[in-house]
Amino acid sequence: MLPILHDLQAVFGCVPPAAVRLVADALNLTRAEVHGVVSFYHDFREQPAGRHVLKLCRAEACQSMDGERLARAFLDRLGVEWGDTTPDGRFTVEATYCLGLCACAPSAMLDGEPIARLTQASFDEIAREVGQ
Amino acid sequence: MTRIFVPRDAAARAVGADRVATTIVQEARRLGLAVDVVRTGSRGLFWLEPMIEVETPGGRIAFGPMTAKDVPGLFAEGLPLSAAHPLCVGRPEDIPFLKRQTRITFARCGIIDPLSLADYRAHGGYRGLERARSLGAAGTVDEVTKSGLRGRGGAGFPTGIKWKTVADTAADRKYIVCNADEGDSGTYADRMIMEGDPFLLIEGMTIAGFAVGATKGYIYIRSEYPDAIRVMERATVLAEAEGLLGAEAKFDIEIRVGAGAYVCGEETSLLESLEGKRGQVRAKPPLPAHKGLFGKPTVINNLISLATVPAILADGAKHYADLGMGRSRGTMPIQLAGNVKHGGLFEAAFGLTLGEIVDDIGGGTASGRPARAVQVGGPLGAYFPRALFDTPFDYEAFTARDGLIGHGGVVVFDDSVDMARQARFALEFCAIESCGKCTPCRIGSVRGTETMDKIIAGDRPEANLALITDLCQTLKFGSLCALGGFTPYPVMSAIKHFPEDFTRPRLAAAAE
Repeated sequence: MLPILHDLQAVFGCVPPAAVRLVADALNLTRAEVHGVVSFYHDFREQPAGRHVLKLCRAEACQSMDGERLARAFLDRLGVEWGDTTPDGRFTVEATYCLGLCACAPSAMLDGEPIARLTQASFDEIAREVGQ
Repeated sequence: MTRIFVPRDAAARAVGADRVATTIVQEARRLGLAVDVVRTGSRGLFWLEPMIEVETPGGRIAFGPMTAKDVPGLFAEGLPLSAAHPLCVGRPEDIPFLKRQTRITFARCGIIDPLSLADYRAHGGYRGLERARSLGAAGTVDEVTKSGLRGRGGAGFPTGIKWKTVADTAADRKYIVCNADEGDSGTYADRMIMEGDPFLLIEGMTIAGFAVGATKGYIYIRSEYPDAIRVMERATVLAEAEGLLGAEAKFDIEIRVGAGAYVCGEETSLLESLEGKRGQVRAKPPLPAHKGLFGKPTVINNLISLATVPAILADGAKHYADLGMGRSRGTMPIQLAGNVKHGGLFEAAFGLTLGEIVDDIGGGTASGRPARAVQVGGPLGAYFPRALFDTPFDYEAFTARDGLIGHGGVVVFDDSVDMARQARFALEFCAIESCGKCTPCRIGSVRGTETMDKIIAGDRPEANLALITDLCQTLKFGSLCALGGFTPYPVMSAIKHFPEDFTRPRLAAAAE
């Protein structure tokens, strides 16, 4: 089922609630079973994210390099919390736990592209890139 | 034509390798230099990334850490590039960090073009499979057993015994599953192999399939690794085109992508996820070796275990088993991460002490402050204080000190770390990632986080620490899998080795 859900999310930006019934019918499962899978995995959303998505690593290696403080300052500046999208719908900031870039911490992924050795200046650049 | 090697490893890209590569091509064109830019994996010297290597008659010469801005200056005087340039770090093999290593699993990583089968073969690729075929299936299992290879995911179970169990179980279908759900913070060895030497994994899985009689393999890659997914998908297509996978090879590999659940790195949860279900842990027995994927006998191995098999077969079990200490044979790719000066991949025989790894190889902290705590083995691994820096890197030695080596991640913290916060994070992480199947993990992690909040707030620390200790006993012995079962390691080690962080007045922290 995971490949189907990934494909749906690639097209719609989320797994729309309306798709749950279709997937259930196709796989001969109950809607509850499909909903159970969709809701179990952090990746699948019910609503599309903002136009740009920043996944910020909050795991230990990034913590050791002051990642939490930088992340908090950035969220405060945008006026959002983890997982939120800015009111104009342009930008979503999500927590992630490890991108495997731990020797170049703190790290993040902006629209699927890795960025590391983050500093205050990197966050300024990210904000500029996404028009915030 | 001079070949210039620029990593395409995600960590190198994250610090600007793509811009460096593009700028080299532009500069070369502008200056009329005949260069061929080859994108490789990373050598794993991450503080030098992006590190480029230039082919010369005397071998490769490396420069790093490069930025796109450095490129015009470096190429201004044409080829050969000047070894007197301030960014020149000489021959990569002579850099002490690399010179001191024993690279077996990572022998090719960062050197070859990851998607060139010709390169792979020219550097000893497919010699392992050839030898396996000459030994026969049973002989291959024997060889892996004799090598002493143990599961590199962390559990340390002997790989050969696992294979033999599957080989001895009769079934109409068997599976090889590669666990590439590398979720531990501080680890990136699997990612480096997938991005830097993908055919190695394909060869390792093909050998496993041949040895136990399986014709189908799955690689379960976490979704946080888009680069690795792209390279592995391309590599399987290339291998199929050459008949190294598919009907002719009697072995097929499918890539599956996770969806952000840490617990799917646990083997039974991974199997559930592969079957399209919620990634909830299964109770054992039955073992996956008897009833695994779709109820069939399944070899489920960590990526590094599978990627080490080709070298064991190619050079013989003895060559591998001669390395290491005690019951930990061979080499371990140690991944230095976090607040460390020389962060990177260090493959070495078991037995180095933690102090050698952190102070000597890692060069101390990146911040220049004293290293205070080191978490070994990911978010479920214990925090070690300097007093335990004499612990040798070995499965049993770490267990004896209430820790684990896990997948080989070593995360260094300087003296600004607040260990009460780290203990709280361990419990919070367990709460976020719990699959919800067993009560100690599902509820204990949440209650533990709340109790740790009270301790941090200075609310009856003694009584609440006693509660945490009791809760950790329940987690350790009552959880179904390592997520709940090992969360006590970081929590209790922080309390035991850094007690001063749990009882000091919190006014300053609260005011922040």
